[in-house]
Amino acid sequence: MILEARDLTFRYHPKGPAVIGRVDLTLKSGERLGLTGPSGRGKTTLCRLLAGYDRPDAGEVLLDGRPLSTYRGYCPVQMVWQHPELVVDPLRTLGATLAEGWAVEERVLAGLHIEPGWLTRYPSELSGGELQRFCVARALGPATRFLLCDELSAMLDLITQAQIWSFLLEEAERRDLGLLIVSHSSPLLERLCTRTQAL
Amino acid sequence: MDRLLNQRQRALLLSAFAALALLAVTVAGFLLSDAAMVTDFSRKNLAPCLAYPFGTDWMGRDMLARTLTGLSLSIRIGVLTAAVSAVVALAVGTAAATLGRRVDAVLSWCIDLVMGIPHILLVILISLAFGKGFVGVVAGVALSHWTSLARLLRGEVLQLRSAPYVLTAEKLGRTRLQVARDHLLPHLLPQFLTGLILLFPHAILHEASVTFLGFGLSSEQPAIGVILSESMSYLTTGKWWLAFFPGLMLVATVALFALLGDRLRRILDPATIHQ
Repeated sequence: MILEARDLTFRYHPKGPAVIGRVDLTLKSGERLGLTGPSGRGKTTLCRLLAGYDRPDAGEVLLDGRPLSTYRGYCPVQMVWQHPELVVDPLRTLGATLAEGWAVEERVLAGLHIEPGWLTRYPSELSGGELQRFCVARALGPATRFLLCDELSAMLDLITQAQIWSFLLEEAERRDLGLLIVSHSSPLLERLCTRTQAL
Repeated sequence: MDRLLNQRQRALLLSAFAALALLAVTVAGFLLSDAAMVTDFSRKNLAPCLAYPFGTDWMGRDMLARTLTGLSLSIRIGVLTAAVSAVVALAVGTAAATLGRRVDAVLSWCIDLVMGIPHILLVILISLAFGKGFVGVVAGVALSHWTSLARLLRGEVLQLRSAPYVLTAEKLGRTRLQVARDHLLPHLLPQFLTGLILLFPHAILHEASVTFLGFGLSSEQPAIGVILSESMSYLTTGKWWLAFFPGLMLVATVALFALLGDRLRRILDPATIHQ
């Protein structure tokens, strides 16, 4: 499969400045694309557009040549957000949150070092790193073809970073997922990506 | 007590107690409604004593029975009007936030319109239109008090709909119904319950004032509003018990409702689960 962004332009306010201006991007299955750029250049916004959270003002996002917005139900392009505490419902246990994506396999839980006891807890009872593992596990449903990792590991300690990334690389390899990795850390991108693109 | 039970258990116990007390008053008032009407001039103007703990009035009616009956009526009116108001508010607020900009504009305009008319005037007009009495008071209070809660819920739904976890749930293929059930409802429930309970004292006070002005319940009904306004003319002659006990009981009832609301909120809020 192939995820394409063609000539994307996006502004948050009709009269505001273009946060994304005429950006092209191509991501194939099995590829690991690193996205770099200074703060405020629209990396997160680009991820939101690619995952279908926002509609571009001009240009289009195509998945296998078909506009992403025409896909109904589970979106094959999933995004892992920079701040995990915002994407889990504070009033639901993490087990329920996890079940929203798919019936997560034991293998994935073990690979991400998610302890069974955490499933009955609420988000306020876990740390950011622990929550981020849940967000990764939830986004890895069987219908996921592309995973956009927006600063997935920026606020994690090095051990957790290594754990999550080694599992993700393995999983991407096995299932031929396409990964888009946004990061400020060039050593990390060098280690993970097959190529990089600057914004 | 601190050691025996945690805060959650105490909250449950207290709210059960409050609910039971309110239920007891309602039922007692219902059963005593005949006794409250009995006039006996051989026992008029008695100060509080063992046989009549709340005393008797100028027609020899037992004030305890009258107070309980009045409270029972107030609670029933309060619960009914608060429930109707809250449901209207929930429907309007959710509709405004989910059905697009045009619907939102129309409904927001309606909210502004109802809010713009002085409450008491609106209550009187609606009560008159519905033929006064129990139905009139309930309709009047219920149809004029939903606005602020509707506006609150509308804002809440708008905010929730753009919350990252709701957007993510949609991307994960959850249907609208599932999102509403799993994410919107649990967040709206505490607001909804708090709003419902805050409406209750409003409802009672408006019932009393509309009744006082002669557009609500008829004066032979032992409503708290009627009892209080009648007792005003006897206060200067030293018959303090006519207003004191009914007033105290009214305050206690409202306080019980506030307690119930507060404890319910604590039980529903998962952040307090370990306290």
